[in-house]
Amino acid sequence: MEFVTQHAVLVVSLVKIVILLFLTLTTLAYLTWFERKVVAHIQSRWGPYYVGAHGLLQPLADGLKFLFKEDLTPPGADKFLYIFAPFLALSLALTTIALIPFGPATITILGQPTQLIVADVNIGLMFVFAITSIGVYGVALAGWSSNSKYPLLGGLRSSAQMISYEVALTLSVVGVVLLAGTLNFNEMISDQTGYYRYLPFIPRWHIFPQIIGFLCYFTSAIAETNRVPFDLPEAETELVAGFHTEYSSFKFAMFFMAEYANMLTVSFLATILFLGGWLSPFPESWTFLQYMPAVVLLGLGVYLAYDAVTGARGIARIQLVVITCGALVLGVLCLLPAVIPIIQGPFWFLLKVGGLLFFYVWTRGTLPRFRYDQLMSLGWKLLLPVSLANLVGTALWIIFPLLVKHG
Amino acid sequence: MSVVPVSYYLVLSAVLFGLGVVAFVFKRNIITILMAIELMLNAVNLAFVAFARAWGQLDGLVFVFFVIVVAAAEAAVGLAIVIRIYQNRQSLNIERVNLLKF
Amino acid sequence: MTVPFILFFVFALTAIGGALLLILAREPIHSALSLILVMMSLAGLYLMLGAEFVAAVQIIVYAGAIMVLFVFVIMLLNAGVEERTDYSKMAKYAGIPLGILLLLDLAHWMAHSLIGRTPANGAGSANVMVSTRDLSVQLFQKYLFPFEATSILILIAILGALVLAKRDE
Repeated sequence: MEFVTQHAVLVVSLVKIVILLFLTLTTLAYLTWFERKVVAHIQSRWGPYYVGAHGLLQPLADGLKFLFKEDLTPPGADKFLYIFAPFLALSLALTTIALIPFGPATITILGQPTQLIVADVNIGLMFVFAITSIGVYGVALAGWSSNSKYPLLGGLRSSAQMISYEVALTLSVVGVVLLAGTLNFNEMISDQTGYYRYLPFIPRWHIFPQIIGFLCYFTSAIAETNRVPFDLPEAETELVAGFHTEYSSFKFAMFFMAEYANMLTVSFLATILFLGGWLSPFPESWTFLQYMPAVVLLGLGVYLAYDAVTGARGIARIQLVVITCGALVLGVLCLLPAVIPIIQGPFWFLLKVGGLLFFYVWTRGTLPRFRYDQLMSLGWKLLLPVSLANLVGTALWIIFPLLVKHG
Repeated sequence: MSVVPVSYYLVLSAVLFGLGVVAFVFKRNIITILMAIELMLNAVNLAFVAFARAWGQLDGLVFVFFVIVVAAAEAAVGLAIVIRIYQNRQSLNIERVNLLKF
Repeated sequence: MTVPFILFFVFALTAIGGALLLILAREPIHSALSLILVMMSLAGLYLMLGAEFVAAVQIIVYAGAIMVLFVFVIMLLNAGVEERTDYSKMAKYAGIPLGILLLLDLAHWMAHSLIGRTPANGAGSANVMVSTRDLSVQLFQKYLFPFEATSILILIAILGALVLAKRDE
């Protein structure tokens, strides 16, 4: 017990890491379910509905399938690199979660002041980009170590695409850094509080002055994470399966999870930089909104209860009852006055992130694929000059009043 | 004492530089030799940052930027030359590139 | 054996191990990966020395861009196992001992240099992080001309690499 009180910071950080890791891995699994459902509904079909109510146990079934598949190594493959590449990809993708602020900088849980962030680094943005740059190696090494034509070509193409769009990604964010004047995530979010003077219903989020930056950033992000419409290097009809052709079983699942984790990271970053992070778009004075999380969860519980009573049969009904109870319990928890200030920040944050992820999946279901040379020319010839122009424009805008003042 | 003395970093920088020199002299693959050059530049960067901390001045850190930029430019051009050499000699062994004529 | 010392030795041994792997590896791709390991441990050392921005730049530019270039070229040229050639007798029997002697001499003089044994700003145990603002003030006021000169250098390097690596039509 003395160890705990002496090294309180360490213990609190460990607890946060465990909770965050658990939530992130569950979210990754259910992101696959979400994607399959949304893409299916866009394509006028149902998606997973068989395994569990509404297909909610599908990620579990997929995970078990991946675990039970045969795990083979291609002959002549570089053993160390072959095993290391998916591990590198997944661990890097999960590392950035530690830098993300989920709520206000000082809240009190059980009387202890703490932050809803694992590591408040002064140059948090730079470190997220550093981790993204190293993530290229996961793809390149996977392609190389498989000792086969298609993975090598797919890996080279994929990593060339990633490093090309990294430049546009970083430059499109510098405009936001200029506006906020800091690289720290917490300060960037507190720079986005309040409303505009002449348009008092628009919050001061960075997306409004930096809309070009946001569009450049999001396009580069979709290309960076190798998603449709930029997923030529890993498309099924093109290079077999690209850099993860020769991977089976759990290593393939790790690449899969790494892709979704990258999507999650990029959405987190977009929310913090452009959409105001954990800030609510409504004024602080509307205090009735603090019951919103509770209302949402209780509403979900009621809908699921209705579904359990009317629709489902057998095991699905039992699952629905369990989830309904879970949702109702969480909803009631959100009504407690001790929990309300803690849950506000994460609720709005996750709402915005969910919106961006929905947009990701929506583009996947809607747009056709770019050809590789179109992809590269878009990155270098369009996005890079546009983000540079955005940077110069923002810098001029900021310095213009000072220039005018000093003549 | 609870702070690591600056001289420890300098010793590490010297050791890394020495290992870079050894790699530069004894390796046969051109790309590995270029990587040995990068290792030497990194050792020098470490010395710069250590001195910047020791004297409390920021000029050392600014110099590290310039060293990184120069290393990037040199690596780009050097690797382009390596690609050319490979196209001409079909080998990356530096002992095949020791004559001035084709 | 306080925490800073343990961290220093972990990073230092990783760096030296990476450098040794660079020398001893048989395939160039393993040498490249060990060099990346060296750069990451150096970034950790920069963090310990209070230069957080330089550590981030080291990872983004050096380990994340320059080494990617090296890895690409190795993969494109399909550089396989290195050939073993015989070094001259002079190199083997005189070179290596003299090299080690040089190393030890250098390390000895570094260790007993005039700097003294603790950081001069007297911060003691606090690791004072250099703020990005101060660094950028130095970079853009005092060192503005070298900054612009390096941008021209990069332009020249881009042109050179493009011309050199172009396929003969």
